[in-house]
Amino acid sequence: MIAIIDYGVGNLFSLTASLKYLGIEAEVTSDAERVRRADKLILPGVGAFADARAKLDATLLTPVIREEVFSGKPLLGICLGMQMLFDVSYEYGVHSGLGFVPGEVRSLTKDLDDIGVSLKVPEMGWNSLKILKNDPILKYNSDGDYVYYVHSYYVPEAEHTLASSAYGVAVSGVVREGKVYGTQFHPEKSGSVGLKILRAFDELE
Amino acid sequence: MLTKRIIPCLDVRDGRVVKGKNFTAIRDVESPVELARYYNESGADELVFYDITASYEGRALFKDILEEVAGEIFIPLTVGGGINTVDDFDRVLKSGADKVSVNSGAIRDKSLITAAAKKYGDQCVVLSMDVKRVDGSFRVFAKGGREDTGMNALEWASYGATHGAGEIVLNSIDTDGVKGGFDLEMLMAVTDIVNIPVIASGGAGKAEDFVELFRKIPKVDAGLAASIFHFREVEIKELKKLLKAEGVEVRIC
Repeated sequence: MIAIIDYGVGNLFSLTASLKYLGIEAEVTSDAERVRRADKLILPGVGAFADARAKLDATLLTPVIREEVFSGKPLLGICLGMQMLFDVSYEYGVHSGLGFVPGEVRSLTKDLDDIGVSLKVPEMGWNSLKILKNDPILKYNSDGDYVYYVHSYYVPEAEHTLASSAYGVAVSGVVREGKVYGTQFHPEKSGSVGLKILRAFDELE
Repeated sequence: MLTKRIIPCLDVRDGRVVKGKNFTAIRDVESPVELARYYNESGADELVFYDITASYEGRALFKDILEEVAGEIFIPLTVGGGINTVDDFDRVLKSGADKVSVNSGAIRDKSLITAAAKKYGDQCVVLSMDVKRVDGSFRVFAKGGREDTGMNALEWASYGATHGAGEIVLNSIDTDGVKGGFDLEMLMAVTDIVNIPVIASGGAGKAEDFVELFRKIPKVDAGLAASIFHFREVEIKELKKLLKAEGVEVRIC
């Protein structure tokens, strides 16, 4: 059973529908006991970092998620849910993340400006993935697979990046630290490529 | 880099897909769910559904169709038609839409764009514009292209882009249904003044029209069409092969 953390951020229709389509048992919950009982956790998220972090904390689930992650339960953060796994975000101020994965969330606009590249922000659409490290979560995927991104902030490609996409800068697409995974793109909106990632996550030990 | 997107558009009335020529003489096509499956397998990058039903029963049927499609097709879905309030956004988002397209509703009440963007994010708000040349300028039309609002299209596009719209669908009434190619002049004018994605609509008659679109206007992000895809005059798989061969980056799956 996968617990999808419900903290009132974003639309969970496609995520629950895609897991159901794959025959994976999942439930949307904000109940601490259910989070503890689940085999794996998914942290979704759309919107602004600070607002999402405040809403997550308001559910009182943050310490529960922390305990479960430290005890080795796999967690997948999606989009803003991935960004929240990091130490810090510079979205409208400086905000601390959950700190499960070392690194920072930066402004695409600012970093593109700094290198003099003119691209639309948010990055919205299909971009190809360059696989940097083989990993069980990418076992069904291939280099060059297209995934669907919608984001204005990003995590630069670094040590914890498993796969990245080029958008003027190298954007972390899939990240990992221990059993904590994250995808900046939406696997539940990335057609068969995204479904493969969700299936591989479900099959993690 | 981001790929150029190919987007089939399904107008749904009373549970069936319809397509008119110049917005009139509506002709029945087939089941929206079957068509959506076919497009997903063909490599469509997104799907747009317009609910052109007026009746309560038709609206309930549309909701069922949307939920069925969103339950088995995992690419972005945009829904439009009859979106007048933030509650309307809520209604279709709960049934599986990812983006919501506003047209006449935003013309009547332009604060809808900002209100929806604040609640759901810019990426969720698509400003759809039906535009026609009147006395040498681009004019916005409402109510499915039947009513001249007197509004300047470039001003409206610029307003939308700076007040919360995350994307613009620019539909040229002048080229819609004519199949002589996209309205490059109109698209050029709009892409020059906004910095959000612009989706070209109206006029595609053959695969080469998409090649011309993306080559001549690199700032256009996507091409949208209906009948030529529905009637399989253009197959999306073949179209993408052609685009790729012509140097246009597309998603091949």
